[in-house]
Formats: sequence, C-alpha cells, structure tokens
Amino acid sequence: MSTRTIQGQKNLQDIRTSSPDGIGGSPLRPDGNLKVKGEFAYSSDMWHEDMLWGMALRSPHPRANLLSVDISEALKVPGVYAVLTHNDIPGSKFYGLEIQDQPALAIDKVRYHGEAIALVAADHPETARRAVKKIKVEYEVLTPIVTEEQCLDPQTHGYVHEPHEYKSHGYDNICHEQKLVSGLGVTDEVRALADVVVSGHYEVGMQDQAFLGPESGLAVPSEDGGIDLYVATQWLHVDRQQMAPVLGLPEEKVRLTLAGVGGAFGGREDLSMQIHASLLAMHTGKPVKIVYARDESFFGHVHRHPAKMYYEHGATRDGKLVYADARLVLDGGAYASASPAVVGNAASLGHGPYVIPNVRMHAIALYSNNPSCGAMRGFGAVQAAFGYESQMDKLAAELGMDPVELRQLNAMSEGDHMPTGQLIDSPAPVAELLQRVKDMPLPPPLDLDNLDIRAVPGALSNTSHGEGIVRGIGYSVGIKNVGFSEGFDDYSTARVRLEVIGGEPVAMVHTAMAEVGQGGVTVHAQIARTELGVEQVTIHPANTEVGSAGSTSASRQTYMTGGAVKLAAEAVKQALITKGRRRYGWTHNDIDLVGGKVVSESAGALVPMVDLLGEEAIDLTREHHHRPTVPFDKETGQGFGHVQYTFCANRAVVDVDVELGLIKVVELTAVQDVGKALNPLSVVGQIQGGCTQALGLAVMEEIIVKDGKVRNASFTDYLIPTILDTPPIPVEILELPDPNAPYGLRGVGEAPTVSATPSIVAAIRAATGIALNRIPVRPEHLTGTL
Amino acid sequence: MRVTFTANGKPVEADDVWEGESLLYVLRERVGLPGSKNACEQGECGSCTVYLDGTPVCSCLVAAGQVQDREVRTVEGLTDENGELGLVQQAFVDAGAVQCGFCTPGLLVQTDALLADEPQPSDNDIREALSGNLCRCTGYEKIMDAVRLASARKCAKAASE
Repeated sequence: MSTRTIQGQKNLQDIRTSSPDGIGGSPLRPDGNLKVKGEFAYSSDMWHEDMLWGMALRSPHPRANLLSVDISEALKVPGVYAVLTHNDIPGSKFYGLEIQDQPALAIDKVRYHGEAIALVAADHPETARRAVKKIKVEYEVLTPIVTEEQCLDPQTHGYVHEPHEYKSHGYDNICHEQKLVSGLGVTDEVRALADVVVSGHYEVGMQDQAFLGPESGLAVPSEDGGIDLYVATQWLHVDRQQMAPVLGLPEEKVRLTLAGVGGAFGGREDLSMQIHASLLAMHTGKPVKIVYARDESFFGHVHRHPAKMYYEHGATRDGKLVYADARLVLDGGAYASASPAVVGNAASLGHGPYVIPNVRMHAIALYSNNPSCGAMRGFGAVQAAFGYESQMDKLAAELGMDPVELRQLNAMSEGDHMPTGQLIDSPAPVAELLQRVKDMPLPPPLDLDNLDIRAVPGALSNTSHGEGIVRGIGYSVGIKNVGFSEGFDDYSTARVRLEVIGGEPVAMVHTAMAEVGQGGVTVHAQIARTELGVEQVTIHPANTEVGSAGSTSASRQTYMTGGAVKLAAEAVKQALITKGRRRYGWTHNDIDLVGGKVVSESAGALVPMVDLLGEEAIDLTREHHHRPTVPFDKETGQGFGHVQYTFCANRAVVDVDVELGLIKVVELTAVQDVGKALNPLSVVGQIQGGCTQALGLAVMEEIIVKDGKVRNASFTDYLIPTILDTPPIPVEILELPDPNAPYGLRGVGEAPTVSATPSIVAAIRAATGIALNRIPVRPEHLTGTL
Repeated sequence: MRVTFTANGKPVEADDVWEGESLLYVLRERVGLPGSKNACEQGECGSCTVYLDGTPVCSCLVAAGQVQDREVRTVEGLTDENGELGLVQQAFVDAGAVQCGFCTPGLLVQTDALLADEPQPSDNDIREALSGNLCRCTGYEKIMDAVRLASARKCAKAASE
C-alpha cells in the first residue's frame, strides 16, 4: 500500500548520510538472510550434546493451599534426572521486575491458574511430561478472589497476598495506585461550567502478546559453578538481576546471551523459564533446555491488564472541553510484574492528547487470583485510549459536531501542558495528524456486482454475498510515552570498535540490546555507518559482557541504545581525528569521516582511515542517559514524569454484516509523527504491525478467564488476526524532530497500538448505531444475542 | 523406532524415535533441520509448514512414522545448492517482510506452493492461500508486498527463459 514520508518544516539539521545504508535509508536486515534460510538460531533451536529437557508442573487452581507435594513417584520414572520444588532453591525464593513478590516456585499456596509448583529434568520431553504427571499435589482449593468487588472487600473475600507479606506500597488488594488532579479538579462548581456532559463505563478484555516464538532457552552449567543461559528475552541485564539472587550466585557468574527472539511485545519483560532451567542445570550438572508449548506460553507470561473504566467529560456548547474525570481499574492478577508502571501510564496519559483545563484521575491495579498482567505494547495507554476516544465520539454526537473537528478543537500541541503539569516541549502535531488521516483517499465502496466473498465479513465461510453489510468509518488519535518514566534511569550502553580488516575500515557494534524483530540491529549498523563513514559494520552478539541496554520496550530502543551507539561512534570518531591531529598536525575545525576517509570540508580528503588506523583498533564504550524525570506526586499526579511523547492518528473503514454480527476491517489508515525515520521501511513495518495488534484487541483477542481459570490457552481458541482479517494499512509518516532526542527521532512501536483500536470500534458504531462499551467487540454484541 | 526419509533431497535416518514424536520434532531435534518452527504445535499457526511429497503440510500434525520412505522439503530446501536464496526467500528479505522471522519459514513454503500453482495470484488469492499462516509482527502488509514481488520476478524470469 501507499507509504508517504513527509519531511517536517522543522528539521533541525539536514543529517548528512554518506552512505545510502546510513540513517534515513532502508538497508536490509543483517539477520534477514539467515531468517529466510531457516538458519537463524532462535531460543527454541538451541541444542547441546547431552542436554536434558525441563518442564514445570503448573497449578490447575487459581487459589489453593498446597497441603503436600510428593515427588517420589516422579523421581522413579526412568530418564528423570531431577525433580525440584521451592525447597531446592539455593537463594532468595522471590523475584519480580519492580516488586519481588513472585515465588520462583510456589510456596505453600498458589495464587493463579498455571503457577509453577515443581520442575522436572528428563532425557526427553515426553519423559518429563510423564514425570510431571506423577507429582502428587494435595490442594486445599479456595474460592478465588477475581472481581473488582471481591478484591476491594478483603474483609469478606480475603487477601491475595496477606498484608504482612506485602512488598508493594499497596494496601488491601490494591497493588498500586495513582491519583491526579489538575486545574480545579472535578467539583460541582467545575461541572456547572459545562454545557454538555457525557459519561460512560468501558471495559477492555485481557489481551495476550501471542508472540510466535515460545518461551525457551538453554541453561548450561559452567566450570566455575555459574550458569550460561541462552535465552529469548527483552532485557538481558534485568533478567540476570532477578536470577542471580534466586540461584544464590553473584551476577558475574550468571552470563546471558541473547538467542533468537520470536517476537516479544512486552511478554518477555518478566522472567519465564530463565530461573527454572538454571536451577535444573545447576542441580543436574547438565545443560537443560526448556521450550514452552503454546498452552504453557499462555500461562507462562503476563498479559495486558483488563480494565474497567469510568469516564466523564464536560464541554461548552461550542465543543471546548471543560473538565474530564476518570476512574480506571486495572486487574493486575496475582503478582505485581509491571503493574506500577502500567498504572502510572494509565493515570498520566489517560485523558489523551487533549488540552483539558480541569482534570481528575484515579487509577489502580488490583491484586487478584486472575492471571498476572504486566507489560504489553502500549500498556496503560491502550486501555485508556479506548475510554477517552469513545468519549470523544459520544461528545461529538451530543454536540452534533464532526468527531475529527471536536478532537482538533481540543488537541494539544507544542507549548501546552499535560495534566501532570509537564510542558510539551517538542512537536505534538495532534490536529495535523487527524487532518492528514482524514484527507487520505477512501477505499472504494463495496462493489456488489463484482463481489469477491473473501473480502467481505465472513470471508471464506461464505456467509454473505453482500446482503446485510453496512459500512462505517471511525477516527481516533492516541498518546504514548517513550522510555521508562517516573524517575527511572533506563540508560543504555554501547561499545563501538573501529579497525582495519582485510584492508577496509570496519566498525563493530556491541550492545546488550534484545533484537526481538523490530530491526534494532539494522539501525545500529546504520548509525555506525553514518557516524564513522564506513560501509562495513558487524553486530556483536548481544550479551551481558557489555553494560545494560535497558529493555526492548516502551518504544525506547532506537532512542536509547541507538543513542548510545551514536555516542560511542562519535567518541571513536573523535579519538581517530585526535590521532590524526597528533600525527599530521591538522588544525582544521571541519574534520569528519566520510566514505572511508578523514576529510576536511575546506581542505578535502586528508587521509584514508585505514592509513590512520594502521594496526590499532579504537574500542570505546559509552552510556546514553535520557533527560531525568521525576516520580508523579501520589495524590496530585504532578511531575515531569515522561521522557518523550509520541502520537498516532487512525482512520478505520469497516464493513459489518449486521445480521450475523461479523466484521471485516476494510482499511486501517495510520498517520504518525516519528521525528526522524532512521529506517523508513522498518518504521512503516512497526506501524502496520502495531495497528494489527490493535485490530486484534478491537474485534477478536481476549483471554477468557472464568472464576480465575483460563479457558482458551491455544491458538485454536485465542484468535489473532490472520492475513484475511487484516486489511491494507496505508501509512503516512511525519518527521518533526524532537530536539531532545538523538537525530530528533521519536519512539515508534507503541503509538499505533494505542490509537488504532478506538477507530475500529468507532467505525463499527457508525455502521450499526450500537454503543459498544466493551472490547473486543464480539458478534453477539452486534446481534443482541448475548 | 527408526525412521528413514528424504529431506531436501538427501536421505536421512533418525534412531530411537518415540512413536509420539511429530515430523516437526524429528526435523528440529533429530536431523538438524530446525528451520521449521514450533509456534503452536497444533496446526493453527503454519510456522512449521513443509512439503510432504510435494504438498504443504503442518509438520507438527504429521506423526514421524508417517514419513517413512517419503520426501520432505523444508525451508532449508528453498535455498539452492550454492547457498543462494531462492526467489521467494529473496523477495521476503527485499520487501521487509521479515521482522522476528518466526513465521517466515512456514510462509515461505506456503508462498512457494502458491506461486507454483498460480504464478500471478490476485490479492484475495494471496490472502486465502496464506490464511493459515499467522504472523504477529508485520501486519501482513510487507508479506503481501513480498508475494507480489516474488510473483512479478517469477513471471519476468519465466518470460525471459
């Protein structure tokens, strides 16, 4: 589909690209050939001579006391090398991203369906499966605490974590809470200023990251008593930080290398099999591989927080927002995971990219006996966007205004303030994004005379030949933060080495960045080429031999680790130029590295880099820290909490079979400001992929949890969009540079996932006239046959 | 049990195969062909797609014993003897259709089969043919581009021969 790139008016500098494969170009992925050949080694492809297979016994109950765990029969199964429980953990028994409240193996009780209780290592996965079945667990099954009402009434229903065990700052069954008040807040006096008020309750189901490469890895015991782990993750160093205390090892004896990662989307931010495989390897002295099957994957990682939200907006008759009020209840499940950050995002971004003089917000994450929820693409912001964008449409209808015009009238722009008080100090082209998405050409109407049933709702099921199909169009816009917020210094480290190999200057980039598919490795090479004027760049495998790269999440990796590569490459460049000044006595102030040469803008080429480098390698490491942020005030939510904001606007065109309740998204258009597209091909790929996950949340994807039990832990029952469900996704890119960011870039990956879902729901509402306050929208919501 | 079959034109033999093992497991764990992927292992995602006697199948749904004396062609077999990328493989790289790449092997085999059958598929033909292959990263747009590109190159090549 069409992809247009529009250069902003405010480009800070014309960034010189000496190579078409430098930044701004779209060179092909360095791992692309291996991936299409089937030779790229993913974590589940790891193999070691003499390796064992690890497997976990998981609880069938969401809440139970463990009266006894008898492993004796399992140990007798021929081919079994070890069966471990929490009693075999040498170090700390708890871990967690922010709050160490999760036992590596259940201790005396289980708090969610699928919690790991015991581990087996055996010579074959089938042997391990059989041994797992022989572990005898006596459960005292308890009534799970699963609804908001139950969670908030612990006197009646009990505690997920006993109050004396609390490791978070929460209370009752609240894991984390954030309030926010700005302007006059929301009082009766403020409400009286509004001519029109709209309100609504909205619900978001539990979405799964559904990355295709299952959780997996290989733990190899080393001679020094440590562990070498080859694993698919999003952040090697934070894995190690959580693993080492449990394994009872110093961090330097826990060495991680990134294996091939089959997608992540937040689902690999928490540990899965890392500690389990390492415990088994340390215990048996043998390499241990763990590969989750798909059902175990659904139990083995956290999901997107389901949400129940109340929103109220007041506006003047001419459409200016007067106030906004919201209460967001996010179900965090059994363990904290990333819940505090999710709440922080929901509270601070939960009123959208709008200027609202008076705001109130209260966001909480619950502890419950539902599956743990944590990071998934756009977290906190995704749920809220469905609420505030539904409200914008409702308000536009109430006022008789065009929904895009209403949004534009209230859109924030550079110079405005967030409800947190934070100044928007770089471009925020919200109104322009909406205008551009509205101005994109529309797809042709359904041609009933030349109908291809594959393109209508129901598609291959041959459910309609055009009858009962109504088209609707919807718009939305969203806001997401980039990078870790609220005072967190999520710095990145990069090492760049420049030397002569085979008569050519060659750069090597070494980081611990988790390449999860986003194309960071491509961008790192582009940055090195641009900064060092070389063609040849090699990417060192990502591991813990170099400093942390932070997480591949929060749309931050190009900004943060890309920024670190830029800093390290600049340092190498300066070191080489300094060497030249010493050797040749250059006094020019305009020296740069271009096309393999040291050049002066005024004097021309000075010397080939290979001559200046000679036998020496210049090898430097740099850390990149973003500008500091502060935690939000607990009561008022005020504070300079976010590093950067990113915006996307969408238009959805949807056909609905109103008789059967079937939906076909015909087209999903996106316009996004990316600051600077370092690799336009990858940027567009991120936006299209992000839109598609938003489509999944809008109309298909939900983990069904009943009484704390997961009912659809498979790709048969948890549906993600296929190529038939996914429409053409035209993308338009704006490049308005952020002066605070490397190259002016803006994080890309999450904004479309935040913004696209509400546009699809708006289009379905336009086609059907049904209110639709819950996502995913199901056929029964449209046919009234619920 | 022992299973012998042809994989990418070469005879292979796997010993001590447990009867419950799938073709996918044998390819990945026993005969050194891990290119076919294990995303769902229940026939829903298509990432393990291989040719079995010329027909694309989910190798996770084929019991190892069923391939005795038969011919299997995997993603590794789409690369030519000199290690050069096949036409479909090259198109996926060039179009940016590969992100994490876990779905890619299955999509390559399925696309190869589609173009063998229909060298100039319409967009709806492509969507129908690939509807059994899940991708979570790309939103499928670049995959559509890749198949169109492969189709165009294949037709141009056929015309020049």
